[in-house]
Amino acid sequence: MEHVATTPAWAMIAYLVSGVCFILALRGLSSPETSRAGNRYGMAGMAIAVVTTLIMQELAGIVEIAIAVAIGGAIGLVIARRIAMTAMPQLVAAFHSLVGLAAVLVAIAAWLNPGAFGLLDAEGQIFAVSRIEMALGAAIGAVTFSGSVIAFAKLNGNMSGAPILLPARHVINFGVLGAIIVLIALYVLSGAGGPGEGTLVPIIVALAFLVGFLLIIPIGGADMPVVVSMLNSYSGWAAAAMGFTLSNSAMIITGALVGSSGAILSYIMCAAMNRSFISVIAGGFGQGDAGGGDKGPAIDRPYKKGSADDAAFLLKNAEKVIIVPGYGMAVAQAQHVLREMAEELEEQGVDVRYAIHPVAGRMPGHMNVLLAEANVPYDKVFELEDINSDFGQADVAFVIGANDVTNPAAKTDKTSPIYGMPVLDVENAKTTLFIKRSMGGAGYAGVENELFFRDNTMMLLSDAKKMVEEIVKAL
Amino acid sequence: MDFISILSIFVLACFVGYYVVWSVTPALHTPLMAVTNAISSVIIVGALIAAAAAGVPGAKWLGLIAVTLASVNIFGGFAVTERMLAMYKKKEKKK
Repeated sequence: MEHVATTPAWAMIAYLVSGVCFILALRGLSSPETSRAGNRYGMAGMAIAVVTTLIMQELAGIVEIAIAVAIGGAIGLVIARRIAMTAMPQLVAAFHSLVGLAAVLVAIAAWLNPGAFGLLDAEGQIFAVSRIEMALGAAIGAVTFSGSVIAFAKLNGNMSGAPILLPARHVINFGVLGAIIVLIALYVLSGAGGPGEGTLVPIIVALAFLVGFLLIIPIGGADMPVVVSMLNSYSGWAAAAMGFTLSNSAMIITGALVGSSGAILSYIMCAAMNRSFISVIAGGFGQGDAGGGDKGPAIDRPYKKGSADDAAFLLKNAEKVIIVPGYGMAVAQAQHVLREMAEELEEQGVDVRYAIHPVAGRMPGHMNVLLAEANVPYDKVFELEDINSDFGQADVAFVIGANDVTNPAAKTDKTSPIYGMPVLDVENAKTTLFIKRSMGGAGYAGVENELFFRDNTMMLLSDAKKMVEEIVKAL
Repeated sequence: MDFISILSIFVLACFVGYYVVWSVTPALHTPLMAVTNAISSVIIVGALIAAAAAGVPGAKWLGLIAVTLASVNIFGGFAVTERMLAMYKKKEKKK
């Protein structure tokens, strides 16, 4: 492998097969029935890629590699088994950070030992094109790493979810980004293109770490679905950049798949909030001091407060109930007792369905996973556009831990920061029940929800889990 | 492979990714993130090359660390996806 790594034809085909397996893995996710087969394709694809690489290198260093895989694999399996479903967003963020860091390490290893990767020209210099790809891979990987670490800390509660706004942050961010691009260009043009030569590569990596950090700290906790998807996308582009360096089709195909997947998810999340991607990334949404003095009037206005018994009575006598879960349900871990309540109601002949807003929770599809964990059949769970017109026929809309996604101000009040965001029309149901901790706090957007004060709304002020438990008892 | 062939694969794969991901049902978006995370660890291929190459000890060690990190992701990512997907059930027909 000392010279240019001319990949043998069989290996190229094997990598291609591996790439196709990854496509099938994502394809399987188009429906829950095929999804598990899809996951197996993914595993097979990975196994093919790894085994092919090992054989191509004639099993050099196999002992150390096996030890490394065993250590990493054991850690991964233990985490995967123990993690609570409510903690999935932070787990995904943590995993993204690992991909990012791995990409940085591979890029630096390639810089130190380009011969092993077949990146040297006749004069012992790294190919110019490889230098671009390597530096880009390292930079994207570093942004992914530090950004994911911050996202993890915010999601996991190690760090406040509140946006941290540096003065002139846009200037700083663009300045650092610009510096990275200039340095990459300098590196490509510089004479110091030998293995491990020059100091530009470490500086680029350090600056990229800084960008990831700066990029995520101004973004508030509730915008995390977008951030997590965006970092997902970055981890893909990092893999693709390294795939270019190594001329490896499996890595390029995977990188493109993951990159587009994350980008599409970010787009879906932004569309569901009616916000542009740029405004989310610019950060600062939902600071405590913005929101227009909502806290004062909330206390003064009259609202109907109900007890668990009242709620049980309403639910029992309803024909159709639609449950709207939100992040509050995840925080209270109320999904299991909620399912008990739904089953109890179904036994009494009530039709119970669930309505999920795309940005409910802290990552795309978060609510669906929690409900699935609680054994809610997935054919009872509907997306916004599929169920929204049914609220008119529902007797009770049961909102648990959601707020902004039901706020009619998004449809009527042009001055509201959430104007234009698609919302669930819970007010069309005969009665709307809101489970909420207290009347004090508004939603993350700092917007008052006038639904709370309507005649056909009943507020159930309590911890979500406790309240649902009491309702189950009362049924 | 020359740069143009690689670029062609990349561009076509982006299109494949675009259409495949739009066909993913929103209910499975969390597993989608978990599994894309696992497969992006295919970066382990680069880590394996670095770890196997003799000559530059620093590069070899970085490669081994990268192999470990990517392995956490591969095993953890696929296992957690499997765990999540196993939870998605249809309604059992009792009646």
